[in-house]
Amino acid sequence: MIWNTIKLAVSEIGRNMMRSFLTILGIVIGVGAVISMVTLGGGATSQITNEITSLGSNLLILRPGTNEGHGGIRTSATPFKLEDVEAIDNHIAGIAAVTPVSSTTATAVYGNTNWSTSVMGTDNKYLTVRMWEIERGRAFSANELAIGKTVCLLGSTVAEELFGSLDPLDAKIRLGKIACTVIGVLTSKGESTFGMDQDDFILTPVKTLHRRMRGNTDVNMIYISAESEISSEQVQEDITELMRERRNIRTGDTDDFELNDMAQVARTVESTTGILTTFLGAIAAISLLVGGIGIMNIMLVSVTERTREIGIRLAIGALGREVLLQFLVEAIILSLFGGIIGIGLGLGLAAVTAPALGIPFVFNLDIIVIAFLFSGLVGIIFGFFPARRAALMDPIDALRYE
Amino acid sequence: MDTSILPRSGNDKDKRAEKTGLPLVDFSKVSKVYGVGRAQVIAMDEVDLAINEGEFVAIMGPSGSGKSTCLNLIGCLDTPSSGSYRFKGVAVGGLSRNQRALLRRHYLGFIFQGYNLLKRTTAIENVEMPLVYRGYKKSVRQKMSLTALKEVGLEGREHHTPAQLSGGEQQRVAIARAIATNPSLLLADEPTGNLDSKKGSEIMDLLTKLNQDRGITIIMVTHERAMAEYADRTVHFLDGRISNIQNNRVIHQ
Ligand SMILES: Nc1ncnc2c1ncn2[C@@H]1O[C@H](COP(=O)(O)OP(=O)(O)OP(=O)(O)O)[C@@H](O)[C@H]1O
Ligand SMILES: [Mg+2]
Repeated sequence: MIWNTIKLAVSEIGRNMMRSFLTILGIVIGVGAVISMVTLGGGATSQITNEITSLGSNLLILRPGTNEGHGGIRTSATPFKLEDVEAIDNHIAGIAAVTPVSSTTATAVYGNTNWSTSVMGTDNKYLTVRMWEIERGRAFSANELAIGKTVCLLGSTVAEELFGSLDPLDAKIRLGKIACTVIGVLTSKGESTFGMDQDDFILTPVKTLHRRMRGNTDVNMIYISAESEISSEQVQEDITELMRERRNIRTGDTDDFELNDMAQVARTVESTTGILTTFLGAIAAISLLVGGIGIMNIMLVSVTERTREIGIRLAIGALGREVLLQFLVEAIILSLFGGIIGIGLGLGLAAVTAPALGIPFVFNLDIIVIAFLFSGLVGIIFGFFPARRAALMDPIDALRYE
Repeated sequence: MDTSILPRSGNDKDKRAEKTGLPLVDFSKVSKVYGVGRAQVIAMDEVDLAINEGEFVAIMGPSGSGKSTCLNLIGCLDTPSSGSYRFKGVAVGGLSRNQRALLRRHYLGFIFQGYNLLKRTTAIENVEMPLVYRGYKKSVRQKMSLTALKEVGLEGREHHTPAQLSGGEQQRVAIARAIATNPSLLLADEPTGNLDSKKGSEIMDLLTKLNQDRGITIIMVTHERAMAEYADRTVHFLDGRISNIQNNRVIHQ
């Protein structure tokens, strides 16, 4: 009986192709929009999350903030010193690594080629904390770090630009006013979501940068890698307390430095994504509601048009619930069709636009199953009222209907 | 739903074998009142009528005299306002909507006024429809439908839609649909109403054959005396009452 009902419904839908298509258009557009948005959104989120984790695990970044001077003028606060790095290393429990970064920009020259890039003075821990790997060559030696030798590690972009296919190892490049020996090249991380080249920089020992390139001993940033995520909050508190003490900030005054937790940033992104998903869900619900009303409308028209047919069926001995099922199945099949077409359309749209937007195409089976079931549910809810109207008709009146 | 309240129709070739001695249709003081107060219409007024199995009965009368009302009551499409109607001894007034539907499904065949075939649906699909509700398999349904269409002389027209058939042919499809289930009782409301007298008498010959060969009880409403004469008896209605019952066989003999 149910198989007959389904066949009957399909042939009834097929009898009026154009109208059936227009009926489901609302559902098609609604489901299509949701599928493409969620697929694109999912791709973007996974990319951003990857990037944040690629910054390093449990990474804390300490930066000088701003001071409120006289008359409310904000000036940037005192930079850190290497002693601050040492103090953190010695006094704070639960940290895996701490590393200073002093940076400047310089033009690197090799032969006839030159390339302007940023130069960061740091130590080997930077590689661990930011998860950089050495593709060729070696890290800084203890001696090079201690006396500030003129050696450097190149980001892959810099190596490419200066050396092309030549071997950069042991080559001497000019870096601003100094000559510097290349001891290694880092593995490429590629472009970030926002189109930034992550491989465009040069590393030198921090002392080299201080003495030979900057003429001061300022540290612009301190990277700290906490031992485990659980203790990261305690670590943050301890660091804040230590820095307030070292920078003589009185109780009640605000910090003149910033401590950012990348795990926190990742969580923020995730919760933002959550909000976005809820928002998309709401749009989906509204568009499916509109689509459902479209189906109800056409089903009501269909029931009225087929009053005589309903009368014949009831007179011949169809039960009310059999007639109800017939129209309900028709509405469900219609909206499932709409859902399937919408899913196909949405995936197609996402597959085409994802490369254009430079984000990965992430296939999300969950949302497809949900969209499919939801469109079926819309069919049931909005098909029920017209179907019930058909089922409750009086056969005599229905047969007489003109 | 429960059909055990009724004797099973089965698939017996000869309906007369089921004879219980009771009349098939038994009206006792049946009234049908439409509307209330001033708008009240008494469509049937305390009608007593008994029709036995195997009979061919014609119902005649002026417009508005209650013929269709009577046929709807016999067909269990409606229930009496008062009085009692027994079909095969079962009081129809006490049956639920679903029970009446099942009674129609298993015992009755309808030839509606103005054919009432499904549009854009082939002849064979139209004939199959009541068989679907009876729960026959597709292959069985097709065999039964083809037999019924053959019986009404529509071989080769199985896959035509009503729009592609003449009025007489459409009426034959409607008859095939009504008899495909092998009903105990066939109800026809003006089966020749839209046909010329030649086509009309062809239809009447067909009904007579069904009545005589298969023993199907037939109750038919008609306006034409010539058509009524094919029946065993003619019941005349006037203002919701039976004015006269005429035995055609006696006259002819
Ligand atoms: N649903 C209804 N509501 C109100 N009055 C009705 C209804 N059905 C029938 N009637 C009235 O009952 C009376 C009998 O109607 P019925 O249809 O039985 O007449 P009929 O003998 O079949 O007439 P005709 O030959 O024109 O078909 C009429 O006066 C009609 O107006
Ligand atoms: Mg009538």
